[in-house]
Amino acid sequence: MTITEIQDDIIADFSLFEDDMESKLFYLMDLGKRLPPMTPAHQTEEYIVKGCQSKVWLFPVFEEGKLFFEADSNTEITKGLVSLLVKIWGGKTPEEIMSSELYFIEKIGMSHMIGSQRSNGFSSMIKQMKMYAFALNKAQ
Amino acid sequence: MSSTLLDIDSIRKQFPILHQKVNGKDLVYFDNAATTQKPLTVIDALNTYYSLHNANIHRGAHTLADRSTGLFEATRKSVQAFINANESEEIIFTKGVTESINLVAQSYGRKYLTAGDEIILSQMEHHSNIVPWQMIAEETGAVIKVIDMHFNGELDMQHYQSLLSVRTKIVSCVWASNALGTINPIKDIIDLAHQFNAVVMIDGAQAGSHIEIDVQDLAIDFLALSSHKLYGPTGLGVLYGKRKLLETMPPYQGGGEMIKEVSFEKTTYNSIPFKFEAGTPNIGDVIAFNEAIKYVTVLGKDAIAQYEQSLLTHFVNGLYALQNTFGEKAISFIGTAKNKVAVQSFVMENKHHFDIGLMLDAKGIAVRTGHHCTQPLMQFYGIEGTVRASFAFYNTVEEIDILLESLKKMLERG
Repeated sequence: MTITEIQDDIIADFSLFEDDMESKLFYLMDLGKRLPPMTPAHQTEEYIVKGCQSKVWLFPVFEEGKLFFEADSNTEITKGLVSLLVKIWGGKTPEEIMSSELYFIEKIGMSHMIGSQRSNGFSSMIKQMKMYAFALNKAQ
Repeated sequence: MSSTLLDIDSIRKQFPILHQKVNGKDLVYFDNAATTQKPLTVIDALNTYYSLHNANIHRGAHTLADRSTGLFEATRKSVQAFINANESEEIIFTKGVTESINLVAQSYGRKYLTAGDEIILSQMEHHSNIVPWQMIAEETGAVIKVIDMHFNGELDMQHYQSLLSVRTKIVSCVWASNALGTINPIKDIIDLAHQFNAVVMIDGAQAGSHIEIDVQDLAIDFLALSSHKLYGPTGLGVLYGKRKLLETMPPYQGGGEMIKEVSFEKTTYNSIPFKFEAGTPNIGDVIAFNEAIKYVTVLGKDAIAQYEQSLLTHFVNGLYALQNTFGEKAISFIGTAKNKVAVQSFVMENKHHFDIGLMLDAKGIAVRTGHHCTQPLMQFYGIEGTVRASFAFYNTVEEIDILLESLKKMLERG
């Protein structure tokens, strides 16, 4: 599936909850719980995403020109958010990641919910993932 | 509904912000310890000031300047009455509690502290009553001592007594803790400090809206108050200081208003309070603050405190009920002192406070989550932060039930 298709899928899933923000958040937390556990050795200070209020770890794995991510967070909602990013960008090439536009967050009605302080954290996650893509692209 | 002398329905009508939807739900505002909402009289006063009276105060020959000066100084008189200060010159307008404390630390502290002198603070202080003292201690060589606390959130008064000595020059202590709600026995704290000729600064940020204040009866040396935590505008605070102390203190900032005469050879300073109010003050907000004081005074602190305590009791009982259903560990109370303002902090097992805050926001409920600018206090409890619900007289038991119901739903989900 393309990045656009995955985002559209996520938007369709969340649309079932209409304007019920509480249910959306419960669903988001469930998604976070399904995120595969991180290798403990990767959950270090070095891989903490700077600029998030809650703790987020992101570990990049490069395989055959594609980027995969291990991720975790100490808060359930943030873990849900990062799980969506992993779903969208995991297994994609650096070019695909760097050239993609993320529009799902607004469409699932989360941009105002996340709040300015937390969305800074969300932007930091996005920036960090794009930086890994940039680094892999350069190394290739 | 709790029995109360207050007409909560008509009070709520005076606070327009309360009547809105957040995330599709009626707003439930339980973040009053961070800032209180403003009654129409305060909002209207700001509007009226800028529509009709705006002029720089003092020394103006024209009518508007005369009018705005009169309104500005009227607030000073109101604050004087509100805290029962001996005279209005003892009331200094600042931009908030933080600035009030910094003023005392920088002015009084710099003049009177020398190496080896001691400043006593408490474990439950807000950062704004820690950092200014650390800064002046570093500069002067003074030493900071910290009063221990019991686990329920009450100060260890025996430990406090053991810290006091002839080296103690300043005791600076919060009246009501923002994170725990604990009301500290400031009368005892002050009396004991005075036995050692130490001066006492009281951080009244949280006390102002809940507790009757009589600075003369309590013999408070310095008191800091916040306007925005007292239903007034943001960006405004009060420093009360005894005249005999304020008069010996050097100015804190230089500029207009605070001088008597200026030449390049020598400047002489104005008398109090103007000596400490350099530059054009926050005129509009000071004038509107008068309406906030009037509002609280008309309701009466006793009636307010009684009603808010009933809200706190309702909430605490609700949390106990959740503990009964979901186990004692499901919810832990942070701050169980006997004497409290209407603030309750808590943590939930296996739930991060950020998640709880966002889940509650999804239901239109505003609470504060995090360390509440009291990191040493969080270290004491070995936690990163709490969820804090803080109540005001416009809140209702029905709103508390909405909060309890949301917490219950989170616990049911596990």
